[in-house]
Amino acid sequence: MDAARPVTGDPSIARPVLEAEDVARALTRIAHEIVERNGADQIVLLGIPTRGVTLARRIAARIADIENVEVPVGALDVTMYRDDLRLRGVRALEPTDIPAAGIDDLIVVLVDDVLFSGRTVRSALDALSDIGRPKAVQLAVLVDRGHRELPVKADYVGKNIPTSLTETVHVLLDEHDGRDAVLLGPADLKREPAAAPEEVTR
Amino acid sequence: MNRHLLSAGDLSRDDALLVLDTAADMDAALAGRSIKKLPTLRGRTVVNLFFEDSTRTRTSFEVAAKRLSADVINFSAKGSSVSKGESLKDTALTLEAMGSDAVVVRHSASGAPHRLANWIRGSVINAGDGTHEHPTQALLDAYTMRRRTGRVEGLQVAIVGDVLHSRVARSNVLLLYTLGAEVTIVAPPTLLPVGVTAWPCAVSYDLDAVLPKSDVVMMLRVQHERMHGGFFPTTREYSRRYGLDAERMATLPDDAIVMHPGPMNRGVEIAAEVADSVRSTIVEQVANGVSVRMAVLYLLLGGLIDVSGADEVAA
Amino acid sequence: MMSRYVIRGARPLGGEARDLYVDGGELVEEAPAKADVIDADGLIALPGFVDLHTHLREPGREDAETVETGTRAAALGGFTAVHAMANTDPVADVAGVVEQVWRLGQEAGHCDVHPVGAVTVGLAGERLAELGAMADSAARVRVFSDDGNCVHDPLLMRRALEYVKAFDGVVAQHAQDPRLTESAQMNEGEWSATLGLAGWPAVAEEAIVARDCLLAAHVRSRVHFCHVSTAGSVELVRWAKAKGWNVTAEVTPHHLLLTDDLVASYDPVFKVNPPLRTNDDVVALRAALADGTIDAVATDHAPHALEDKETEFAAAAFGMTGLETALSVVATSMVETGLLDWAGVADRMSVRPAAIGRLTRQGQPLEPGAPANVVLVDPAARWTVDATLSASRSRNTPFAGRELAARVVATFLRGKATVLDGKAV
Repeated sequence: MDAARPVTGDPSIARPVLEAEDVARALTRIAHEIVERNGADQIVLLGIPTRGVTLARRIAARIADIENVEVPVGALDVTMYRDDLRLRGVRALEPTDIPAAGIDDLIVVLVDDVLFSGRTVRSALDALSDIGRPKAVQLAVLVDRGHRELPVKADYVGKNIPTSLTETVHVLLDEHDGRDAVLLGPADLKREPAAAPEEVTR
Repeated sequence: MNRHLLSAGDLSRDDALLVLDTAADMDAALAGRSIKKLPTLRGRTVVNLFFEDSTRTRTSFEVAAKRLSADVINFSAKGSSVSKGESLKDTALTLEAMGSDAVVVRHSASGAPHRLANWIRGSVINAGDGTHEHPTQALLDAYTMRRRTGRVEGLQVAIVGDVLHSRVARSNVLLLYTLGAEVTIVAPPTLLPVGVTAWPCAVSYDLDAVLPKSDVVMMLRVQHERMHGGFFPTTREYSRRYGLDAERMATLPDDAIVMHPGPMNRGVEIAAEVADSVRSTIVEQVANGVSVRMAVLYLLLGGLIDVSGADEVAA
Repeated sequence: MMSRYVIRGARPLGGEARDLYVDGGELVEEAPAKADVIDADGLIALPGFVDLHTHLREPGREDAETVETGTRAAALGGFTAVHAMANTDPVADVAGVVEQVWRLGQEAGHCDVHPVGAVTVGLAGERLAELGAMADSAARVRVFSDDGNCVHDPLLMRRALEYVKAFDGVVAQHAQDPRLTESAQMNEGEWSATLGLAGWPAVAEEAIVARDCLLAAHVRSRVHFCHVSTAGSVELVRWAKAKGWNVTAEVTPHHLLLTDDLVASYDPVFKVNPPLRTNDDVVALRAALADGTIDAVATDHAPHALEDKETEFAAAAFGMTGLETALSVVATSMVETGLLDWAGVADRMSVRPAAIGRLTRQGQPLEPGAPANVVLVDPAARWTVDATLSASRSRNTPFAGRELAARVVATFLRGKATVLDGKAV
């Protein structure tokens, strides 16, 4: 889990909806789709910390396998651009790391683990506009759990998982959690309802 | 963190490190960008309430707040009703009615920010109160030390000069102790408080003995009224015994840095060639002040919707 | 018409329970006919308290206190006589002002008001006020003080000490060297260093105490020290008394209970002159009150209007209210700690202050023939101070929210009840 965020639910009582091989397959497919659509020469992958950055690195590695091209990977922290600070409280900032070539006139693929309300993506778009002017921005997510609050749609989706608003989605990645899996957990009683309509995990 | 920042002593080690880390993140977030502005505090109002002139501190807070897109109101004692004898409480209630989310206060009376905190709901940030404290100065000093030397813990820091009347010294002693530095304050005995023995630092009257083992030397400003207050015989004697000139600077370890909160009296507590030397961090301190104050404003204001929630979300 | 009372089962000075009879303003041998019976089972009977040090603020600051409100608060605190300090506006430095204050006290009727005369004209410390005229006035002034200011000039102090001998007066010195306490805000020590508030060093009090002990000895007069607050002052007074010199001293309730760490809140309710000191000082003051080195408890009741306290610490007025809490603070700090018994409380709060003020009809034993100045105290009571319930016009009590021991239940001034069931009559 991301240390800056409250621990939510209990993964031990959540049921797996994607196993390690499903995650691997989904990322490979996303890598192929990105290359098919854009080629590999003009893209930069920006992960949204923390797991989005890990996923971006894995996708880049797959693109390197496919195309033999090193795609630049960076991190884009959107904390300072969030519109829910009043509701959720301050968080520790995560590093933002834009590749040296910048983003101007490139195709930026934002990478995140879970797409939920869409507010994180909105924040990311605002953050991008302060950094440069990409040719296009696309969105890749491992899981789309629905319940959008903004007109946001992912270009690349690993898996659509219908959820109820009170359920929680846990993305586990080997680099952080020791294994790859996506878990669907029961309602998290510890959280205030007011904070629920956002991704509580990514 | 608490809702207010009144004393450096109120900051736990984790709080202090969070401020320094956040300041570093602020620096990184804005580094190399043409648009030096973040939307984080859009719609929030920060009042700079300055009962004492301090252009540099006020400007630093103003830049910090504006970089976070807060609305900034400068409310100075001069030209306001304060000079007509309006009480601090009435001023506080006025600001409250205007809907301020944070009040940055500079006041000549020690403890004035503590009083203010009783009367308003927003955050109060102490920007220097009398001869008491100046916590954001201490934070920016610690930030500067960390950037220059890579650490704060274990640093040998000498704070030299008018400790008795210095809010910078008080805040630095408390914060540096929290962060694990070892502080020695150096001053003529007349410029040390009687109760200084209880402070978490060493005390010396001998600058020359302290300099060779100091990683950081922080020179304090000698106020003009002290020069004529009988605390020392003459300014010349003060400079000779407690001023940092090139000769004394040469006795410092190679990597040691020289700090000054400004404004300097060149030729009194610090020689011009010292102030302008490569060891000097004086200009950096000013730049770092903006980052640290952004961090403080962000951490105090970023997420607060009410007081009760504040402490649990911003641990 | 004088009231008649049978006070049933009270314990005089905390001793064996017995009945007290009040008739014609005096304590009498036999139960009077048609008397009101007061059930005093479990209560302690003490002679009515005498305060050597009260600020009633009238004339001049009637928004903070008047003689009427201040003496009502005094009666609720068990006092039957108070000495009203001279720092009014105009200053009580002439016969006209002291007579006015004295008369206002008579009219209010809650307790006797004995005006203190200023030592110097306008409290300015430059030349003697007309001490003799005040002594000869209807107010019969015997205590003289520039309280709030120190009579700092040693020659002037010497003259004052000499001059009052002619009418058996006493100079009550506010011991504070002015140069050592310029812009001072609180006790000089660890807390002033931390809080960045200008220090009021103990030596500024002790230097004047030492000097005035020597002066009083030299001119063979008596001197009284207001509100001594330091362990050093206690040592000096003890030394002077051992020499046989005519030196007396008072301590305030707040200096018996509170310490300077309270100032850390920067709440001016804890701003007082002399300032709250350290725990070592509190321990020394309690011991000195217990062994009689300090003669009396005096409240230094100093009411202030809200706007004079709702400010920055440095801008706030010095002073605390104390009349209504004095007995309870003494009970908490001295009786519950085993340092003083109830006879001792009677001595330090009534007998000795009356003697210092030369009040022959106060501080008398609870025996037939004595004026019926009596206070009944419930030693088992515990109560939490609520500033808003004070009879004083001001609210600046430092004890607000504190639980204290013992409470005044009834007060009789020359046979007339001024307080019954803890309420002003």
